[in-house]
Amino acid sequence: MLLGYLFILPTMIGLLTFIVGPMIGSLGLSFYKWNVFRPAEFIGLENFQRLAGDARVFLSFKNTFILVIMTVTLLEALALALALSVYRLANRALSTFFRTAYFLPVLLSGAAVAVTLGYLFHQDFGVINYYLGYLGIQKIPWLTSSDTVLIAISLTTVWRNLGFTFIIYLGGLSTMPGEVLEAAEVDGATGWRRLRSVILPLLSPTILFASVTDIIKMLQFFDEPFIMTRGGPGDASRTVVMMMYESGFGNREFGYGSAIALALFAVIMIVTGIQFYLSRRWVFYG
Amino acid sequence: MAATLQTTDVKIASTTQPRGWIPTHLGRWLSMAFMIIIAILTLMPFLWVVSTSLRTPAQSFTLPPKWIPVDMEWSNYAQVFDEIPFWRQIGNSFLITLSVVAGQLITASLAGYAFARLRFPGRNILFWIVLATLMIPGQATIIPVFILISRILGLYDQLGALIVPGLATAFGTFLLRQYFMAIPDDFEEAAMIDGANQWQIFRLIYLPLASPGLAILAVLTFNGKWNDYFSPLIFMNTKELFPITLGIVDLQGYMGTGSISVVLAGIVLSTIPVIIIYILGQKYLVEGLMAGGVKG
Repeated sequence: MLLGYLFILPTMIGLLTFIVGPMIGSLGLSFYKWNVFRPAEFIGLENFQRLAGDARVFLSFKNTFILVIMTVTLLEALALALALSVYRLANRALSTFFRTAYFLPVLLSGAAVAVTLGYLFHQDFGVINYYLGYLGIQKIPWLTSSDTVLIAISLTTVWRNLGFTFIIYLGGLSTMPGEVLEAAEVDGATGWRRLRSVILPLLSPTILFASVTDIIKMLQFFDEPFIMTRGGPGDASRTVVMMMYESGFGNREFGYGSAIALALFAVIMIVTGIQFYLSRRWVFYG
Repeated sequence: MAATLQTTDVKIASTTQPRGWIPTHLGRWLSMAFMIIIAILTLMPFLWVVSTSLRTPAQSFTLPPKWIPVDMEWSNYAQVFDEIPFWRQIGNSFLITLSVVAGQLITASLAGYAFARLRFPGRNILFWIVLATLMIPGQATIIPVFILISRILGLYDQLGALIVPGLATAFGTFLLRQYFMAIPDDFEEAAMIDGANQWQIFRLIYLPLASPGLAILAVLTFNGKWNDYFSPLIFMNTKELFPITLGIVDLQGYMGTGSISVVLAGIVLSTIPVIIIYILGQKYLVEGLMAGGVKG
């Protein structure tokens, strides 16, 4: 009996020290005004009042939402379409090739991807604008215009994460019961109908899993915008985590930074809660 | 397992009738074209990175882009070693990553085993706490963790700052618990009869049987930790102690003044270890991820 406690001891110490404790600490800190120069001072809800009226924080939430919506929509649609295509490939070598190719970017760090695609998106010297030129498209100021910067960052993130989401959908497809598909075929359901009424419902738990984890991941956007644009031009690509990083570590306002972090945490919980609530209408558990 | 299942499925279907969601041949060609286009878009940046890393700085921004590396300017690679303490930084990355991987394998296999197979009061509540920590994003706790690391543990700007917080893992504990749960009880009974004690049953019987789970945890943790940018950015200050992710962004120079060929050479060099680990663990990784998507 004692052995059980002994076995979980290292994990429990680690999680309590570095996750549970700091989470409570975050909550406590958000009621204080504290920077390196002055001792901590209790200010009640002032950080949250300031947060509610902070236009830059508001903008950073707006940017983050736009990024999440663009990125996750594109990611789920492309990954699902790719998984359906690769799944019905009969040629095994070809299917291995595609799987490996799509997964390769997942191995790169966000830093390496941000640096590389930053060059490719360059307005004058970038390869992307060069090839778009063939289609008669004028050079697009991808990273230097507030109209396009979020699109460029979103595409960069899709490029890096597509393979991961794709593998999860492929996994969902390959454990689908073969009999159900055959039964649908016998019943004369073909093509689009089979996809809509048989495959997608069977796949819906996987779709929920992938979209929930992707949205949580993307709400914490940091590496790509931080490296590619430093949040610019102006604040056009500043995300919530970047705001938190600046307040907490740039200005050393630990209390205010914690309040931003908590607001993000609350948003993550609410968005995930809504997704699970809505999922009761469309997710089918066989 | 998943892969075999998939191929038999494909065989059954292809002998009966074309297995299209879109019935016509047009659909097949469209989906093939789609797969090829995405593969090209995925692979082109890799080719561009490698070929540009081998060009002279003057040539690096040439348009139209030369996809075949003709210049073979290896000096870019040499310059990576001049610009940043590359070996130190790659060594730091290895030290940090391998310590965290080893630590997580130990702590998570012990805890996962206990939650799956040992009985003790409060087990369910404690496991529920572990699961709850999975939902807390790293960013929500980073400021208190920073204070803890720098003021209480005195680890600011030391490699320990990047290792110690990563030694315990809720995700890994959960993952390995599922593996240990799936192993039948018969093994334990047989070993008991043979006079094995609890530790031997864990170490010699169950741990080896859970090795696919350990491999998945090792590969995912290696990939995540090796590529981590956010925590080193916060905890480290001395260049000699940076992991290579920070070194790469450093190479770019402030406001992007570094030679891009040198930066890309650095990216190639820093990616090689991850690719090697991926090749070694590929079988487990892809199957594990696929299974994870289903159990969701």
